[in-house]
Amino acid sequence: MNHLIDVVVAFLRGCGRATIFLGIVLAAVPAAMLRPRLLAQQVYSVGVLSMVIIVVSGSFVGMVLALQGYRTLVGFGAEESLGVLVALGVVRELGPVLTALLFAGRAGSALTAEIGLMRATDQISGMEMMAVDPVRRVVAPRFIAGFISMPLLAAIFSVMAIGVAGGHLIGVQLLGVDAGAYWSQIHAQVEFTDVWNGVVKSLVFGTAVSWIAVYQGYHALPTSSGVSDATKNTVVMSSLAILALDFVLTAFMFEGV
Amino acid sequence: MSTPSPEPLARIRGLHFRFGPRVIFDGADFDFARGKVTAVMGPSGIGKTTLLRIMGGQYKPDAGTVHVDGVDVPRLSRRELFEYRKRLALMFQNGALLTDLNVFDNVAFPLREHTNLPESMIADLVLMKLHAVGLRGARDLFPEECSGGMQRRIAFARAVALDPMLVMYDEPFTGQDPINLGVLARLVRKLNDALGTTSVIVSHDVAETLDISDYVYLISDGKVAAQGTPAEIRASGDGSIRQFLKGEADGPVPFHVKAPEYEADLMGEAA
Repeated sequence: MNHLIDVVVAFLRGCGRATIFLGIVLAAVPAAMLRPRLLAQQVYSVGVLSMVIIVVSGSFVGMVLALQGYRTLVGFGAEESLGVLVALGVVRELGPVLTALLFAGRAGSALTAEIGLMRATDQISGMEMMAVDPVRRVVAPRFIAGFISMPLLAAIFSVMAIGVAGGHLIGVQLLGVDAGAYWSQIHAQVEFTDVWNGVVKSLVFGTAVSWIAVYQGYHALPTSSGVSDATKNTVVMSSLAILALDFVLTAFMFEGV
Repeated sequence: MSTPSPEPLARIRGLHFRFGPRVIFDGADFDFARGKVTAVMGPSGIGKTTLLRIMGGQYKPDAGTVHVDGVDVPRLSRRELFEYRKRLALMFQNGALLTDLNVFDNVAFPLREHTNLPESMIADLVLMKLHAVGLRGARDLFPEECSGGMQRRIAFARAVALDPMLVMYDEPFTGQDPINLGVLARLVRKLNDALGTTSVIVSHDVAETLDISDYVYLISDGKVAAQGTPAEIRASGDGSIRQFLKGEADGPVPFHVKAPEYEADLMGEAA
């Protein structure tokens, strides 16, 4: 029982520290926004370099959805609704959630390892001693880059899954669903709210993953195992946070339906 | 023994500091004279690096005063501390170069962060500093492409980029080959004299450090065990000083960490 209490207290203490750290990072955001070159470098390494995995994953997810959906729909003679099935599934759920999980594995872990190694090799202390605030110079640009990149990557994922390789390639080109029906059904059934909800989700996930990644990296123990633990924590905690937040957000978004 | 000049750049009195239960400083006094190279020596783990971090404001002492150029360092706010740090440089043991920047950008880093100088002037200043450490030709390399000795020289150049009033070197000679060691030692002296700055070297490389220092502190058990000019230190008859200078395994500083009797330990009788 005492052990359980210790674990809960340690968890709550960690949450408190992470929240204070988020406040410090957010306070440094305006100053970091004035350094567009630094920001562009980070958007490149966090966002652009994650594009390959997002494009490939989006394509395969779209293809699988189209194959599975077609098999079910064709039994009811409703294969022309394939576009709606793929589009709603991707825009509402799979796009933001899978992109965030991939983003945590690709970019989040890299952010943590990079900042953790900077800590372990005294680069962070070195900056402090050179009167340069490492939160402003190192952490804030990476945090902003994650926040900006996540919705854009989710959008790319969705476009690949629905429009290009995924649904369209399999549904229209391979299985012979009418292209006009495929697109007009999407146009008629997918509402702006669906897209907007997807954007909100990806913004929330982007913030959560970036927050966890920079916090873990900045507070990593300055040893090999410390950096390795921090990187693992980023992937595990981000994944759990994404799935839990997805449930909460979905519950709120469909409250009025 | 002689004492440093009456108006030191840095004055530390009654320094007390502990990491958890471990006492690092237990009432130590230091004076670091302006324009001089002062060495702080002692065995590993004795708190030499901690002293530099206290002077840089990264650690706060448990008791005692730390004044550098009239600034009461432990009492500075975060903003004041950053202003204060612009006037000093700490060279870390491993160089602490930024691995995502090349040599030129590493040396330019403090200039770009703290001044509004045009890029052409920054380029001139960086090349001057790199020339002083003999690495003008390595400006486009990245830190991982440089040897350990080169990395320290780059860190030297970066440390003096803003012409600081105080340069603190943390074990600048550790792990260097004899040629590099001599080069680095001469550089410390040359940079100190050419820039008119004040230098503090923390080291346990006895010969090189004594060669280039004006004044030496030896610390042991959280206190200043001995101080004086290198000649005075070399001539000292004190047992623990002789043991340290000659690198003897056993003496007043014991080789063995406190432990139960050897035989009892092997027989499994030690409690």
